[in-house]
This record gives sequence, C-alpha cells and structure tokens, in this order.
Amino acid sequence: MEYQAKELFAKHGVATTLGEVVETAEAAKAAAEKIGGVTVIKAQVKAGGRGKAGGVKLAKTADEAFEHASNILGMEIKGLTVNRVLVTPATPPEEEYYFSFLLDRSNRQYLCIASVEGGVEIEEVAKTNPEAVRQIAIDPGTGVDEAKAREIATDAKFPEPVFEQAVTMIQALYQVFVEEDATLVEVNPLARLAGDKLEALDGKVSLDENASEVRHPEHEEFVIRDEQDPLEAKAKDKGLNYVKLDGQVGIIGNGAGLVMSTLDVVAYAGEAHGGVKPANFLDIGGGANAQVMADGLDVILNDPQVKSVFVNVFGGITACDEVASGIKGALEILGDSATKPLVVRLDGNNVEKGRQILDELNHPLVTQVDTMDGAADKAAELANA
Amino acid sequence: MSIYLNKDSKIIVQGITGGMGAKHTNLMLQAGSNIVGGVNARKAGTTVELNGQELPVFGTVAEAMAATGADVSVAFVPPAFTKDACIEAIDAGIGLLVVITEGVPVQDTAEVWSYLQSAANTAGTRMIGPNCPGIITPGESLAGITPHTIAGTGPVGLVSKSGTLTYQMMYELKDFGFSTAIGIGGDPIVGTTHIDALAAFEADPDTKAIVMIGEIGGDAEERAAAYIKDHVTKPVVGYVAGFTAPEGKTMGHAGAIVSGSSGTAQAKKEALEAVGVKVGKTPSETAALMRAILQAL
Repeated sequence: MEYQAKELFAKHGVATTLGEVVETAEAAKAAAEKIGGVTVIKAQVKAGGRGKAGGVKLAKTADEAFEHASNILGMEIKGLTVNRVLVTPATPPEEEYYFSFLLDRSNRQYLCIASVEGGVEIEEVAKTNPEAVRQIAIDPGTGVDEAKAREIATDAKFPEPVFEQAVTMIQALYQVFVEEDATLVEVNPLARLAGDKLEALDGKVSLDENASEVRHPEHEEFVIRDEQDPLEAKAKDKGLNYVKLDGQVGIIGNGAGLVMSTLDVVAYAGEAHGGVKPANFLDIGGGANAQVMADGLDVILNDPQVKSVFVNVFGGITACDEVASGIKGALEILGDSATKPLVVRLDGNNVEKGRQILDELNHPLVTQVDTMDGAADKAAELANA
Repeated sequence: MSIYLNKDSKIIVQGITGGMGAKHTNLMLQAGSNIVGGVNARKAGTTVELNGQELPVFGTVAEAMAATGADVSVAFVPPAFTKDACIEAIDAGIGLLVVITEGVPVQDTAEVWSYLQSAANTAGTRMIGPNCPGIITPGESLAGITPHTIAGTGPVGLVSKSGTLTYQMMYELKDFGFSTAIGIGGDPIVGTTHIDALAAFEADPDTKAIVMIGEIGGDAEERAAAYIKDHVTKPVVGYVAGFTAPEGKTMGHAGAIVSGSSGTAQAKKEALEAVGVKVGKTPSETAALMRAILQAL
C-alpha cells in the first residue's frame, strides 16, 4: 500500500511526505487539524485507479477531512474494502514525472523506466509518445552507482533545476529496490513541487516473498491481517501454500504445477456439472504425511462454499502408500468434523499399495478414481449434487 | 544420446551432508548416476556412506573437481547460501550446475545470471534452475530429484517448468520413454529456458519429438513459440497449466503469477498453436496428442 511504500522510501532517504494513516473519520479530522491547511484524503488499498474510483479527495478544512474520510472508509475499490485512509498535506505539483525500477524477467535483469512526461497517465504516454518513456537496462551485477544514476537522469531528460535531486533520488530508490529485495519500486507521480523540490508523491513497492523469508523478517509487519482472507491466514499459519478461489470443489495436490493443472481439469469437468469450479489452490508439497493432509483438509472443509474435495497426488518422491496413510490418519484426526465427500486419485510410485490402504479403510466419504480426468469429473458431479 | 547429461557425467553434490542432499544423493546413486563426491566446507576430508558407497567430502567445488574430474554439480544448499554456492561452482569452472533449492531470493538469481553472462564465466557453465527437479537421462544418469523409476529411455524429449507435471507426463508416456527430461524450474529467472532445451533437443539425434510444459507467468512460452517457428523441425506438443488462475495471485511457484493481461495460459496456448504446436487441454490429452505423433513416426 501507498503508506507502506512511503515508509520504505523514507527509510532509504527518498524525499517523500509520510502523512498519517488512520482508520476512522474522527482520526482523519484530528490528523488534518495537526497537519493544517489543505490536506488530501487517500484510500489505502492494494489497487490502482483509486482517484478515478473516488478514493482520493482534497479537504480544505478538518471538517471536510472528516466528511471525505467517512465516505471513503468502507467503500469498495476493485473488490477491496477500504479500511484505512492516508492524510497528507496537499502539495500541488508543478510537473509530474514517472519513475520505476523493476525485475525484467524476460531479459533476466533489472529495468529502469523513467518519463518526465505524464506521471499518473503513464500508460497513455507510453501509447501516444513511446519515445518519452525511457527504458534503461540495469545489470544486476553492477547495479546503479552515481554515474549510472546520471546516465538515467540524462536519458530521461530531467530538467536542470531538479536534475541533481533526481540523481540523488534515483540512487536512493535503487537502494530501496536492492536492500528491501523488491521486484518493483514505482514512484508515480514523482512531483516537482513549488520551489523546484522533487518529491515522491505516491508509490508502490512489491517485495520478493522468497527474500522476505530468507533475510527480511521485518517485512512481516507489512502484512495486514484484516486485509487477508481468513482461510488464507489460517493456512499460512500452518505453513500451507493455499489460495482461496470462488468455487465449490476443494483441491489438494502435490506440486505447484500439478495443482494448477488440477484446477483447470476441474473447471473443464465442471462445465458438464452445473458450472462448478475449483474452490482453492492448495499445494502440500512432497511430504504428504497425516498431519499435513489433516491441516490441508481442515482449511478446505472450513470453506462454507466447498461441496466436495478432490485429492490429486502423483507419487514421485513421495510414495502413494505414504499418501494413503496420510489421508487415513487425517480422517482419524478430523473425526466427525470431516463431512464432505472426498475423491482421491493416486498414481505413480507404490500406487497399488496406496489404493489398497484406502480400499481397506472403506470410509463412507472416500471415493477412489484411477485417472485425473475421471476423478475431476466425479468431484464436480458430487459438488453439483 | 541425450542432452546436457549422460552416462559419462561425473557428478558432485553441493550440500551432500544435509538431509535433502543425502536423501537424493542416495536416490541418484540408485538411478545409476556416477556420483564422485560432495562438498561441505565444514566437513572437508571426511566421507559419507550412501547406497553402500563411500563418497569423499571436499571443502570446495574446485578441490572436488581437481580430485575427481567432476563436470556436473547438483546443489542442495539452503536458499540463503545458494548464490554463494553457485558463484563458487562457476568460479571452479563446472560444466553443468543444477540448482534444486526452492525459495532463492530472485535478486540472488539475477546476480548469478549476470555472473554467468560475464567474463568471469570462463568455462561457459550452464545453470539449470533454481527451484527445479533437475535433469534425467533415463538409464544413464540423474542430476536432481526426478524419480528414476517412472519411465525408461526412448524418443521423447521433455522440458517443463513444473516438477510434478514432469513426473505425470513421464508416467503417461512411460511405454515410449524419454531421451532426456529436464525441469527448468518455476522461478521468475532461471538459468536454462524452454528455448535452450528446445535447441538442444532439436540437435539431439535420439530425440524424435518434444513435449513442452509451461505455466502462467512471464512470456517464456510465447518466446519459445517464436523460436519453434524458425528453428524446430521436430514435432512439438505443448501443455500450459493455470487457465483458472486469477490475476495477481501467486500460484505456488514464485514465477506463476498473472499480471494484468500478460502471462495468461490462454495467451500462451494461442501463441503455441499459432506456430503449429498442438496444445492439450489436460495432461492426459497432451499425452494422447504425443502418443498419436509417436505412433505415426
């Protein structure tokens, strides 16, 4: 979110104005009084187009700040509820620029995009005047030093009165990019304020989750619990790789690719069964033991939309008999709380032993189907029953 | 014949003494791989016994290569140390570096890729991965974690972003078998791309047809389609996972994220079909398409 991006900007010496993040209209009024003068009330959600959606308003007085904040808090922008607003001093820009560093996965390097035309409407500028949107490749091995920052500022044609500030800010933004392990650091608009002062008026930072896990425990504070789906939060606490979707067939599988593929196969099968769809993505990885299986099933069975569950496991490194024992153990752990039908497809390593374990279990909720396509069809049928 | 890996490959394992390293070294030995030793700076001079074989542990990749003549390294080191392990192997001049580790910070991989492209890479090291199942030439050698029991040797070349979909496809086509199956990994930046593998399979006389498995995110499949049009004469069958993935959500692999209109499964499928690649809707339909091609050969 914007205010979090600005905190990271400030930490690395990028000129910006933090303002105050508040959750109530009363607090917005108090913040506006404290800041004094004209303020801007900005919805804080992870989505673009906040201004167009009516989520950014100018307040001349503290009472106006109260009024705008009451309207903006609780509104929906691109499906996201606004729970916080940022109150900042209104600083009308004389000129608006665009600047970003990002991971360029196609070319396996970093890319800097800069434009002194546009600002907020950068996509429009890119279409009508692509020459004005400069793209400068950055070698991850050498990075951005002062000389490179000058090269970028020159290429982008930052005007003379703010040129030196731009050189400094480009280096500071690159520090945000590398030291925070970001995949995107964007300033839009980068504003030239009265008195030729360069400032990041709005921004966005995307962080690499792998890096946050490995070396940035402090990034945990950027996760806002009330903005998370409760089932996703629960899964995360249990170390599960889960994404909530909007369907009726719960999915458990091993390996990200196979699970993605399972979602597709269920969606195709669902076309013949009243249009039922996959309810989630859940990858339990290699170690499909009873506890992991029980944790996964527990999350999925707590999704009120779920009508049936499809367990799709290919025994590669993990043997199918271990997976079958995992399912058996999970059903024992869950007991009466397991209430929805389970369609299980096992294939690969030790498949006969695995299927035998489930045959012997003879659990009323469990149906075994030998193929992935057949099992998807069965799970879709049960979800539509 | 095969690509990148064969029975003469001499393999060392970086992180051989760790849990994952030891477990999979054991399995690689069972697959018939010629594992000649391992690397762990803190256990240099000791040996480990795996699958009834006594393997020497060296302090560095360079020492291991000097003592054993190894030309392939498989890395099972924790993500925090993966970058250093890769740089060490490149500096030592290893021919093929297979990085299994999942969860490597993408900027670390970007730096390693930059290093591979620089003058420092005097040996021309090729990296596969990170976050991949590695590479298997059935009946000859395994450098990675792909189960060697799924399928034997045969005419199909397989390149895939995903581990379990690699296994699934090998299983579906096990009666035909594979020249080499390579899992390139699902991270945003990887050392070996679909295009690299397609070029190698095209040049390999024992590969008669190619299966290419992609997934959402990035534009690697679209680029591969353009490459196939101009450079690949062998039949190619494709599969793309993630049609139902929503925008902006990461589906397990760090690279599997649809951003805006780019990186969708539909766009990838259309790009492949536009150059004559048959694309299956499901893994079994993909296998059926390949089966028909192989039966007609």
